[in-house]
Amino acid sequence: MSQPQPAGGKPGEPARSAAVPAWREALDRVRAAAVTEPGRLRAIGAVLALVLVAFGAVTAWQVATRAAAADAVVDTSQPLSADAAAIYRSLADADTTAASGFLAGGQEPRAVRQRYEKDIALASRLLVKAAAAGEGSGAARDRIAALNEGLPRYTGLVEAARANNRQGLPLGGAYLRYAGDRMREELLPAARGLYEAETGRLGSDYDDAKSWPWAALALGVVALGALARAQRRNYLRTNRVFNHGLLAATAGTAVVLLWLVAGHAVARSGLEGSYAHGARSLQALTEARIGSLQARGDENLTMVARGAVLTKNGDDQYESNYRAGMGRLIGGEQGPARAGSLLDRARALADDAGGRAPVDAAIKDVRTWQQRHGEVRVLADDRGDYKDALQKVIGDKDSTGASFDRVDTELERALAYEQDEFRQAADDGRGAFSGLAAGAAVLTVLGAAGAVAGIGRRLSEYR
Amino acid sequence: MRPVLREEGETVGETRTARWPRMRSRTAAVASAAAACALAAVAAAVLPAGGGPARDRPAHSAPAAHAAPAPGPEAAPAQCTDPEASLRPAGEADGPAVQRIKARGRLIAGVDQNSYRWGYRNPADGELSGFDIDLVRAIAKDILGDPGKVTFLAIPTSRRIPALQTGKVDIVARTMTITCDRIKQVAFSTAYFESGQQVMVPKGSPVTAFDDSLKGKKVCTAEGSTAELKVREEPHGSSLLTVPNQLDCLVRLQLGEVDAVVNDRALAAGQAAQDPSVQLVGKPFTTEPYGVAMNLADTDLVRRVNKVLEDYRSGGAASLWMKAYERWLAGDLKGITAPPEPKYRD
Repeated sequence: MSQPQPAGGKPGEPARSAAVPAWREALDRVRAAAVTEPGRLRAIGAVLALVLVAFGAVTAWQVATRAAAADAVVDTSQPLSADAAAIYRSLADADTTAASGFLAGGQEPRAVRQRYEKDIALASRLLVKAAAAGEGSGAARDRIAALNEGLPRYTGLVEAARANNRQGLPLGGAYLRYAGDRMREELLPAARGLYEAETGRLGSDYDDAKSWPWAALALGVVALGALARAQRRNYLRTNRVFNHGLLAATAGTAVVLLWLVAGHAVARSGLEGSYAHGARSLQALTEARIGSLQARGDENLTMVARGAVLTKNGDDQYESNYRAGMGRLIGGEQGPARAGSLLDRARALADDAGGRAPVDAAIKDVRTWQQRHGEVRVLADDRGDYKDALQKVIGDKDSTGASFDRVDTELERALAYEQDEFRQAADDGRGAFSGLAAGAAVLTVLGAAGAVAGIGRRLSEYR
Repeated sequence: MRPVLREEGETVGETRTARWPRMRSRTAAVASAAAACALAAVAAAVLPAGGGPARDRPAHSAPAAHAAPAPGPEAAPAQCTDPEASLRPAGEADGPAVQRIKARGRLIAGVDQNSYRWGYRNPADGELSGFDIDLVRAIAKDILGDPGKVTFLAIPTSRRIPALQTGKVDIVARTMTITCDRIKQVAFSTAYFESGQQVMVPKGSPVTAFDDSLKGKKVCTAEGSTAELKVREEPHGSSLLTVPNQLDCLVRLQLGEVDAVVNDRALAAGQAAQDPSVQLVGKPFTTEPYGVAMNLADTDLVRRVNKVLEDYRSGGAASLWMKAYERWLAGDLKGITAPPEPKYRD
C-alpha cells in the first residue's frame, strides 16, 4: 500500500523559519502536490486502496459475526433451548408418572417407578448443564435456582405420598396432591420460564445471524463507484479505455460484493427455514407434549383426589383442570383439532407429510383418549364402579393411559423429525457463510494491490 | 384455580364465614343448633344468590321441598329449635320409596371415599370401609335382606343435597350434619353420631384445648368449614392457614408448617388414626349431630332408616353401634359409652 509521498513540489526546502510552523509547511506541500497530475494520481491511488481495504475488513468482520451467531444457533442456543424443553418435559412427566404409580399402589409396576426416577435424574443433570451455560442471563439463573431448590422438596413429598399410600392411608393422597401443587405452582412455571429464556436467546441469535451486513454492502458500493470514477477520469485524460490494474480491482470488488449478497441471502433463507420449519415447530410440539402430560396428570389426580378438592362451582377440581387442559391441547370432543389449539398449531407448522403424519396420529389418539375418559367418568361417577374405572385409567389395554402413551410417543417422533429438519436447514444456511470472510479479505487486498499497480503505471509516465 | 374447600366437617350456613365473626360472637354461648338457625336466617337475608354455592342449596325454590307432602307432623316445624328431631320409626308397611328400592333390588347410597374410618376407599383393594359404610350396609340388609346389595356412589360434599333432590341416590351417609338450614331441603334420620369441633396437636404440644394455649400458634382448618368460622371468631391469639381439604391439615402439621389443627372430631379421629404421634385435646366446643339424609318426599324411607337405627343402637354395650364404634373410632376418639339418644317430633 503506497501511501502517497508528497514528492514533486519543492525540492531544496528553505531552513525552517520561526514564523511558519511545520504543519503549515506540510499542508502547503500537499496543496502544491494536489494541483499537479502526479500528486492527484497518488491521492487517487491512496483513496482507492483505502476504500478497498476497508471494504474487505468490514466484510470479513460482519460476515464472521453472522457466522458466529449462526454457529451459536446450531451449537449453543438451540441445544440449550432443547435442554430446557427436556427439563420442562421431564418434570411434567415425573409428576404424571408419580400419580400413575400412586394409583397402582402396592402394585406399582417397576417400569413406572423407573420412568419417574429417570425423569428426575434427567432433569437434575440438565439443570447442572444449564447452570454452567447460563452465565449471561439473569432470568435463566433465577429459574435454575428455583428449580434446584424446589426439586428435592418435591421428590420428598412424593416419597411421603408413596409411603403413606402403601400403608393404605388416605394421607398419601393428600401428600401427592400437595406435591402436585408444588409442581404446578412452582416447578413447572420456573421450568417454563427457563425454556422461554433459552428460546429467547435462540431468537436473538437468529436475529444476529440474519441481519444484513449493511456497512459492508455500502462500502462495496462506494468502492465500485470510486473505481468507476477513477477509470472514467483515466479514460478522459488519456483516451485509454482499459487500465489493467483498475480493471482487476473492479472485478475483485464486484465478485466480493456479489458473493456477499448471494451468500448472505442463502444463509438467511436457510436460517429462516430452520426457524420456521424447525425451531417454531419444535416449540409448538413441546407445548403440545407438555399439554398432554398435564391433562394426563390431572386425569390421574382426579382418581387420586376422588372429589376431595372442588372448584367454586362444586365441580371436581382436577376433572375441571383436565377439561381445561384438553381444551387448550385439542379443543372440542371429536374431529380435527380446533383452530388455535396446541395440536392445531403444531400441525400447521409441520410443513411436510413427514412432520404432519405423527401429529395427525396424535390428534386421533387424543380423541380416543377423550372418549375413553368419558367412559371412565361414567363408571366412576354414575355407576360407582371404582375398580373398573381405575383399570380404564391405568390398565394396559384400551385405557386412557394407553392412549396417552401413544400420543406421547407420536409427539416424540414428530419432535425428532422436526429436530432433523431444523438441523439440516440451519447447516445449509450457515454453510453459505463458509469461506466468505476469508475470500473477501483476500480478494479486496488483491483488488487494492491492482488499483495501486494501475495508478502506478500512469505515474511512471511522469518520470 | 383456587380450589374452594368444602369439608365434610360441616359448613354451617356454608359461606362468607369471614364476615360473620362479630355477629356471631354473641351467640357463641348458645347451643349450636340455635346458632345454626340464626346463621341460616342471616345468610338468607344478607346473602342472596351469588353468595357462594347457591345452587347447592336452592333454599328459595327447592322443587323437592314443594313436591314433598307437606301436611301434618311430617312437615318440618316452622320454628327450628331441634333440627335433629326426626320421624318415628316404622318397619313393616312399605311406602313408595322402600318399594322403589325393593323393585330395583339395590340401595343407592351417596358416601365419601376420602374420610378415613368413616367412608374410605382403600387403594389396595378398591373397597370402601368405615363407620358410615357399615351403617349403609345395615340399612341394605334390613330393606333388601342382603348387606351387599348396595351401589356406593362417591359424591363430593357440595353434591350431597342435589344428589338427593334429583333422585340420583336414595340415601346419603356421609358425615353430614343435621342443621336447620338443611332440613328445609332434605329429610334426616335421627342422629347417629354426635360430633363437634376439636383441636388436634402433636403429642407433647403445649396446646391443651381450644383456648388461650393457642396463642402465637399457627392453626390449620379446611376452607369454608365450621372450624374456619370458629377460629376466625375466636382466634385465641393464633394465626390461621386454610387448605382445600381437612386432610391437607395433617400434611401441613407433619411438615411443621402449622402447630395445631381444628377439625370436626369425627374427621380428626380419622387423621389421628393415620399418625400415632398426634392426638385430640380438650373437649369438643360445638355440637354437630350426624344424620342419614334422604329426599324430603321419602318419608317412609326416613321412618324405615330410623327403625334400622333403633335396632343398631339397642343392646347396650353389645349393640351394633358400639361394635362399629369400637372397630372404627374407639382408638382415637375415646370415652364414648353410648350412641346419641334419638329425638322425634311426632
